[in-house]
Amino acid sequence: MASYKVLVVDDEMGIRMGTRRILQNFKVDYPFMDEHIEYIVLEAPTGEEAIEIIDREMPDIILLDNKLPGIQGIEVLEYVKKKLYDIVVVMITSYASLELAVKATRDGAYDFIPKPFTPQELRSSLENITKQLFLKRMTQKMNKEGRLIRFQFLSVLSHELKAPINAIEGYLKIMHEKQFGDNITSYKDMIDRSLERISGMRSLIMDLLDLTKIESGKPVQHMQSVDITKIAGISLDTMRPYAIQKDVDIYLNTKEPVMMEADPKEIEIIFNNLISNAVKYNKQGGRVDIFIHKDNNKIRLQVADSGIGMTEEEKSTLFQDFVRIKNPKTKHITGSGLGLSILKKIVEMYHGDIDVESIPDQGTTFTITLPADNS
Amino acid sequence: MKKTILIVDDDMDYLFQMKLKVEQFGFDTITADGQKEAESIIETVRPDLAILDLMMESDDSGFILAYKIKRMYPDVPIIIATAVTAETGITFDINTDENKQWIKADLFLDKGIRADQLQREINKLLKI
Repeated sequence: MASYKVLVVDDEMGIRMGTRRILQNFKVDYPFMDEHIEYIVLEAPTGEEAIEIIDREMPDIILLDNKLPGIQGIEVLEYVKKKLYDIVVVMITSYASLELAVKATRDGAYDFIPKPFTPQELRSSLENITKQLFLKRMTQKMNKEGRLIRFQFLSVLSHELKAPINAIEGYLKIMHEKQFGDNITSYKDMIDRSLERISGMRSLIMDLLDLTKIESGKPVQHMQSVDITKIAGISLDTMRPYAIQKDVDIYLNTKEPVMMEADPKEIEIIFNNLISNAVKYNKQGGRVDIFIHKDNNKIRLQVADSGIGMTEEEKSTLFQDFVRIKNPKTKHITGSGLGLSILKKIVEMYHGDIDVESIPDQGTTFTITLPADNS
Repeated sequence: MKKTILIVDDDMDYLFQMKLKVEQFGFDTITADGQKEAESIIETVRPDLAILDLMMESDDSGFILAYKIKRMYPDVPIIIATAVTAETGITFDINTDENKQWIKADLFLDKGIRADQLQREINKLLKI
C-alpha cells in the first residue's frame, strides 16, 4: 500500500479537519498501478508553518489556500517552485481573481478547487492529481533507467569477459589435476575449446575497441574519397582464411570502382562484420555474394549468404548489444554479440539505412544504403 | 541407487565442467543447454536435484525454469548457479519472504564456487 502525503494549508480549521475526514478512507487505484494509493493528511494553518512542513516532510500534494494570515499562498507556491520540489500544488480559494489564477498557473499550480467544496469535488480532484503524479514519477523513473543502460552494458560486458575466463580456468584445472591421466591427447577437446574461447574473447575485445571509437563522443573520422569495391576486396582477403576453414566461397560481384566520401576504416568495419557473419552463419559448401551499387547519390552495399537464416522474431533483436541468436543451429557458433550493434552505429553516423531479409534455412541478405556524398 | 542431477547451462564449457564435477561426486547427470531443452526433459524425468544457470535464452530463464520445476516436482531442490550477482551488484537474497514467493530456488551459488564447497551444498540439499 503506497501513500501520498497531502498538506492542507488553510487558516480555517474546518477546512483542514474536513479534508482530513474526507481523505481518511479514500483510496485511488489505476490500471497501471499495482497497488492502491491512500493519503496521509498534514496540516498547516499558516504559510510559514507550511514551508517548514514542506522542507521536513516533503509532501506529494499541497492543497493551498491563498488568503493566509502571514505570507500568502502564492508565496508558498513560489517557494515550492524555486526549490524545484516535485510537489503538485492545488489552490483552494474562495475568491480567485483572474489575476491570481493566472499568476498561480504560471508558477505551476496544477488545479483550482473553489471553496467551499463538496467531498466529491475534493476526491475527484485528488484522484486526477494522483494519477498525473503517478505517471509523471513513473516516466522520471524510466528516464533514469535509460541512463542506467550504460551501467547495464558494463555489467553484461564483464559477464561476457568473465565467462570465457571461467571456462578456460576450469579446463586448466582439470589438466592441472590430470583428471584424465597423463596422456595429453586425452585433453585435446579441452585444449581446442580453450583456444576457441580465447579467440572469442579476442574478437570481443576487437569489437569493443571499435565500439569505443564510435561511442567516444564525436568519432575521429578520416573522411576521404574511397573506393568501396577496393575496401570490400581488402575485407574479403581478411575473411578468406576463415571462409576456407568453414568451406564457404565468397564472391565479390562488383569489379568496377565505386567511389564515396567516407572513412575507409569504418567502411572496412562494415564489410568485416557483414562478411564474417555471412560466413559464420553459413552452411558447409555455402556461398557469400557481395554487390556494390551506386545510383544517383546512394551507395548500396549488399552481402547475401546461403546460410541458416533466421525467423522474424530473431530478426527483431538483431541489433541490440550482446544479443546473439540462440537456437540449435547457432549452438556452436561463438561471437561477441556486438558486431551488428557496431554496424548499426556506424551506418547511423552516415545517416544510412540497414535492411535485412532472411528466410530460415535459405539465407540472409543485408543491404546497407549510404549517401555517397558525406562532405 | 545413484541420485540424478539435472544441469542446465547455455555455456557448453561450463556445462561440461559441471557435469564432470558432479559425476566425480558420484551422481548421475542429465544436461540441457537451455531453458527449452530442460523443459522437455522434465516432462519425462524427475531429477533429484537441479543446477540451473540464470541467464540463458532470456535474462531470467533460470527463474522461469526453477518455477516450472517446482510446480511439477515441489520437493526437488534447485540451485541457481550464476555469475550475475557479482557483476551487476544485484544480490538475490532468498531469505526474505517477498523473494521466497517468486524465486523458487533453494540456493544461489556463485559460478566460481570450489568443487568441495559445491559437493557439500549438494549433499546438504539432498540430505546425504
